[in-house]
Amino acid sequence: MKQWIAFKNIMLKDMRSYYLKPPNVSWGLVFPLAWTAMFFVRTGSGLEKAIEVLPGVVAISILFGTTSMLAVTITFEKKNRSFERLLLAPVSLELLMLSKTGGAILFGVVNSFVPVVPAAFLTDLTQVEWLTVLPAVAMIAVVSTFLGLFIAVSVSEVFEAQTFSNFFRFPMIFLCGLFFPVADLPVFLEPLSYVLPLTYGVDILHGSIHGQHIFPIWINFFILAGFCIILFYFSLKNIHRKWIL
Amino acid sequence: MQASAFANKDGYSEQLITVSDLTKNFDNVKAVNKISFNVGKGELFGFLGPNGAGKTTTINMLTGLARPDSGWINIAGLNCSKNPKAAQHLIGVVPDESNLYPELTGFVNLCFCASLYGISKKERISRAEQLLADFNLEKAGNRKFNTYSKGMKRKLTIAAGIIHRPPILFLDEPTTGIDVASARHIRGLISKLFNEGTTIFLTTHYIEEAERLCERIAFIVNGHIVKNDTVANLIQPIKNLKTLLITYTNLAGNPEEKLNKAFPEFEFLQESNNQIKVHSEKTISIGPVIRFFEEQGAEVTEARQLNPSLEEIFVEVTGIEADAMKNEKNDGKL
Ligand SMILES: Nc1ncnc2c1ncn2[C@@H]1O[C@H](COP(=O)(O)OP(=O)(O)OP(=O)(O)O)[C@@H](O)[C@H]1O
Ligand SMILES: [Mg+2]
Repeated sequence: MKQWIAFKNIMLKDMRSYYLKPPNVSWGLVFPLAWTAMFFVRTGSGLEKAIEVLPGVVAISILFGTTSMLAVTITFEKKNRSFERLLLAPVSLELLMLSKTGGAILFGVVNSFVPVVPAAFLTDLTQVEWLTVLPAVAMIAVVSTFLGLFIAVSVSEVFEAQTFSNFFRFPMIFLCGLFFPVADLPVFLEPLSYVLPLTYGVDILHGSIHGQHIFPIWINFFILAGFCIILFYFSLKNIHRKWIL
Repeated sequence: MQASAFANKDGYSEQLITVSDLTKNFDNVKAVNKISFNVGKGELFGFLGPNGAGKTTTINMLTGLARPDSGWINIAGLNCSKNPKAAQHLIGVVPDESNLYPELTGFVNLCFCASLYGISKKERISRAEQLLADFNLEKAGNRKFNTYSKGMKRKLTIAAGIIHRPPILFLDEPTTGIDVASARHIRGLISKLFNEGTTIFLTTHYIEEAERLCERIAFIVNGHIVKNDTVANLIQPIKNLKTLLITYTNLAGNPEEKLNKAFPEFEFLQESNNQIKVHSEKTISIGPVIRFFEEQGAEVTEARQLNPSLEEIFVEVTGIEADAMKNEKNDGKL
């Protein structure tokens, strides 16, 4: 009960102080829409293609929504020392980090629906398997958040966290099959796609939104879960090693 | 464990904190070097030392923010060297620099800190309101923390450290960097907490503060505890020592040597270029000393008796000049 009170309040505090601020909300809205527009302009394709673009836009919304938050909730709080207050609390490090990432995960899930709303007006979404999309969105949110967490705890300055996450995020847009199939990549880049977690998340989205995918859905979920565990484990290890001196 | 090296001699039947051979190195700096001490239940224990002595590092190890390289920590019977989080529910920490949330109000900061210890919403609100009142911060309660003055920040940080009513409180230099009145207020609050039964571990570099507040003091220098005793015992050797501070004018040069030759029964120590201290076991008759100054063409403007203080002991034991400690952070005096 006591741990639950702490868990809930850490998450709520982050949401109030960081997530619900106008810049973040507008960033969450503008970014996915801008990407969608860019895609249409670039490829010159019509609205009938919208459904093929949707998985990529959903994935981008989640990826950027979650990872950009961790630089603030973790790295910034470490830098101004308020993170110490959390480390002093009688809450296990695992629970503490889950509460620090919980808000970002929720934010990512909410963000993922931003492109879905206009898509519902522009194209026919009746064939979408929502029961697969929803857990996939949740898993992508978790894995992207933990990737952001891993970066946030590996650096000590906020700008480093932002730079490093861009270092991962922008290549992922092209390498993970968001808008162009992984198979179309140059051969030497293809292996890189398969070590990035987003590839598997996007594959589920493609499969459940318009039916084309590479791996069986359950394998994708399984691999995503593996990434989540590994990233969370190494993030905690980093905190132990570098922050609890 | 052989933490009995400093066994408590003054009636604290129960040891709440036992530390033995605690060591912490940073790269090649020996921040804390094999220190051992006990703190009794309900005791106000002072950790007195200059900058970089290892005070904060010790607190960090005791509270779970730093991992010792070696040694044992036991708090309330819990083995904290094995599990640094074991005793965190019993501990309140007031860090040397505030670590509250700048963008939250004072009130919200307090409520948030209480929630970390699992305190219910109703109780959080009532405690936060009470503490704001106790610390004269009611009016600032709804202002953001980053608009607070230094003294207000320190007070709110203390309030945040005690909102879960911890039986053990760690205070890291609570009066450094704030004005005289705020420092006095804070010392009053510390005494009150102590009288209510809180076990307090306080670090400071103000000798007078340690002497006034603490029951037991450990001097820490370069990561070593060089002395650890009750204030009464520490003062004992100089209890009967009489000290006069003489202020004079119109004398060029340093009269210390001449005075020591002329009055071998006293010990003269130059304090500044127009002040000299006289120490003696016996009563100091001032007449001959004044005459000595007049014969040199100087005039004594003041002769003031000083009470024996811990300062003398500190200087003797550590070899650190008391003034260096006072000025090192060039801020609030007592
Ligand atoms: N994170 C760190 N990395 C490297 N060295 C450190 C670190 N923390 C402390 N030290 C060193 O350890 C020694 C003890 O530092 P500590 O902060 O414990 O001193 P202190 O007694 O609290 O001093 P102050 O009165 O200035 O607060 C110092 O030499 C300091 O430079
Ligand atoms: Mg310190």
